Amino acid sequence: MSAHLNKFLNFFFIAVLIFVNPLSAFSEEKKIDYLETNWSFNGIFGTFDRASLQRGYQVYQEVCSGCHSVQHLSYRNLYEEGGPEFSKEEAKAIASQFDVTDGPNSDGEMFTRPGKLSDKFVSPFTNIESSIASNGGAYPPDMSVLAKARPDGANYIYSLLLGYEDPPAGFELDDGVYYNKYMAGQKIKMSEPILDGLIEYADGTEETKEQMAKDITTFLVWASEPHLESQHKMGFKTIIYLIILFTLVYLSKQKVWSRFNSKVEEEKEEEEEDAYDKVEAAVTKYEGEDPKSFK
Amino acid sequence: MSEEKYIPKSKLGQWFDSRLPLLTLSYHLQAYPTPKNLNYWWTFGGILTFCLITQIVTGLVLAMHYVAHVDHAFESIEHIMRDVNYGWLIRYVHANGASMFFLAVYIHIFRSLFYGSYKSPREVIWIIGLLIYILMMATAFMGYVLPWGQMSFWGATVITNLFTAIPFIGESITTWLWGGYSVDNPTLNRFYSLHYLLPFLIFGLVILHIWALHVPGNNNPIGIDVKKNSNETMPFHPYMVMKDLLALLAFIIVFLWFVFFAPNALGHPDNYIEANPLVTPAHIVPEWYLLPFYAILRAIPSKLGGVIFMFAAIFILMLLPWLDTSKVRSAIFRPIYKKLFWILVFTVILLGYLGAKPPEGIYLILSRLATAYYFIHFLILLPLLGRYEKTDPLPMSISDPVLDKPGVIDKVKKAASEYEGENVGSFK
Repeated sequence: MSAHLNKFLNFFFIAVLIFVNPLSAFSEEKKIDYLETNWSFNGIFGTFDRASLQRGYQVYQEVCSGCHSVQHLSYRNLYEEGGPEFSKEEAKAIASQFDVTDGPNSDGEMFTRPGKLSDKFVSPFTNIESSIASNGGAYPPDMSVLAKARPDGANYIYSLLLGYEDPPAGFELDDGVYYNKYMAGQKIKMSEPILDGLIEYADGTEETKEQMAKDITTFLVWASEPHLESQHKMGFKTIIYLIILFTLVYLSKQKVWSRFNSKVEEEKEEEEEDAYDKVEAAVTKYEGEDPKSFK
Repeated sequence: MSEEKYIPKSKLGQWFDSRLPLLTLSYHLQAYPTPKNLNYWWTFGGILTFCLITQIVTGLVLAMHYVAHVDHAFESIEHIMRDVNYGWLIRYVHANGASMFFLAVYIHIFRSLFYGSYKSPREVIWIIGLLIYILMMATAFMGYVLPWGQMSFWGATVITNLFTAIPFIGESITTWLWGGYSVDNPTLNRFYSLHYLLPFLIFGLVILHIWALHVPGNNNPIGIDVKKNSNETMPFHPYMVMKDLLALLAFIIVFLWFVFFAPNALGHPDNYIEANPLVTPAHIVPEWYLLPFYAILRAIPSKLGGVIFMFAAIFILMLLPWLDTSKVRSAIFRPIYKKLFWILVFTVILLGYLGAKPPEGIYLILSRLATAYYFIHFLILLPLLGRYEKTDPLPMSISDPVLDKPGVIDKVKKAASEYEGENVGSFK
C-alpha cells in the first residue's frame, strides 16, 4: 500500500509542478524581455562607474529635470563617497546654479537665494498638481527611488528609454501619446526623451542613445540606493567574518559534544559488557560447569 | 525540569536568591535537561528568539527617525535610508528581519507538525505558540503599512475592509479601526502605536511559551518520553547552547545575504511609490508570508465566507491536539501521516503561490481545491488516521531509535553463538 501511495504522490507532485508553471502564460499579460546590458553595479562586488554617474547627472540635468524631480537627493550627495564623486567645489558650483526659495526672513518675507550643498535637488514644479497640469494630465514620477519602484528597475528604465517605435498598423494613439513597446499597455505620455547627439558630453564620450540611456539609468540606480557601494563592501566583509566564526563555533561545538559522547560511549560499553557477562553466566549454567568437556 | 535544589555558593547569593530566586532560575535554565537526539530542526526556537530581539532593537532605532504622518512617512523612510548613519542597514535588517522571522516560524511550526510536538502533554505550549504567530502576523501587517507606499496603503485598505463583512456591526467596526471613513492619517497613527506595542506582548507570550516548555521538557524526533537526568538527556548549557549558536550563525549568514545583496527581493516594488488613494495598483498582494491565507480568502466566492475561512484556517490549528487522535507523536513511526504531512506542506506552498496570482481561471480553481484539501486534512483525515493507521513499533528508548539497528541484543547473540560453537542445537 505504501509503495503505491508513494508512486501516486510522486506522480501527483510532478504533474502539478508541470501543470502550474506554464499557466502564467495564459492568465497574465505576456512578459516582454527587457533589453539587457552589463551593469557595473550588479553582483556582490558591484560598484558604480564614476564617469557614467557624472554623465548620468548631466543627462538628468539637461534632459529629465525639465519635468522629473529627484526630491530625495541633496547636492552634497554629488561629492559624497560612492556617488558621482564630483569634487566638493564642483558640487558647490552645481548647487549655486539653482534658485532656492528660503525664508521667511525677519521681515516675514520669503526670498530666493542660490542653492547650497545642504539643499535638496530643486524640483521643476512646486507640487504634483502643477506637474500634472503641465504634462498633459500625466504625472512625471519623482525619480528618487524609481529604479526600486519598478520590477527589474535598471533594465526596465534602460529598455523604456530605447523602446520608442512606430506603432503597429491599426494601433490607435491619441495626441500627445506615444508608442513604447516596454511601457505597460504600450502607451506613454512622455515623448522620446533622448536622441543621438542630443547633448554634448564634457568627457568626449560618444553621445549615442544607448550611451545616454545607460548613463542616466546608472545615475537613477545610484539615486535610489546611494549607499549601494558601502552596502556591498560591508556585506562581503560581514559574510567572510561570519563564515570564519561559523567554522570556529563548529569546532568548539564538536569539542564540547565529544565530552558527552565519550561519557555515553563508556556507559554503553559497560552496559554491553554487563549483558555479555549475564549471557555467559546463563550459558554456563545451562551447559554445566565445563562446557568444553562434552567435546 | 531539574528537580534538585539549587543553593548559591556565596552568602550574598544565598541572601539574594532567598528573596528573589533569579540565581535558581538561571541555574535551572542552564541545567535544563534536553533529549540528546534533538536534531537541527529544534534550533529554531533559539533562532526565533534572536529574530524577535533583532526586530525590537532595530525597530527602536527606526522609531527615533520615523514620522507617523501621511505627509512625512514616506519621506522619513528615505531620510533613514540616506541621511541617518547606517540607517539603510538598520532598515534593511528590520524589513528583511520580518521575512526571516516568518521563515523561521514556519519551519518551527512544521517541525512541530512533523514530530507531533503539539500532542499531550504539550497542548498549552502549542496554543501559546499559535497566539504568538497570530500576533506576529498582526504586527507584520501593521509594520508594512508604516512606509506609506502603495502596497502599504492598499494592503491596509483591503485587509481592514474585510471587517465590513461582519453582519450588522461590520461597518462600525471598520470605521472604528480606521479612525475615520477611509485609511488615512488616524489609521497610520494607531497602526504605528500598535506596531510598537505588540512585539512586547509577543515577548511576554514567548516567556510563557518557554515556561510551558520547561514543564514537560522537549519533545524529540523519536517522540517518546525520555528518562530525565539519565544519559538520554544533556544539560542545556553548554551542549544545546553550542548547537543553537551554530545553527543561528548559519541562519544569520542567509539573513544578512538578503540584507546586503538582495534587500528588496522579498518586498514589492510598488511600495517604493508613495501611497496614492486615487491610483489602485494592478495587483494588490500582501507580503509573502501572508499569501496562503490571502489565497484562502479569495478562494471563497462570498466576502463573509472568505473571511470566516481565512480565520478558520488559523484557528483550526488550535484544535489540532484534539483533532489528531493518534497516540504516536513522531511521523517517523506513522507511514501514512508522514505522506500527508508532505502533502500539507505542498498544499500550503501552493496556496502561497496562488495568493500571489490574480484570482481568475485556473488559479481560482486550484485555490479552491487547495483550500478544500487544507480543511479536509485537519478535519477529516487526521481524526480518521488516528483510528485506522497502522503505526510502526516504537523503540524502548531514544538510545535505540530503530529496532533493527545492530544494537546490544545483536552483539550479545553474536557473542553467544561464537562462544557456543557451531552445533549448539545438537545437545538438545
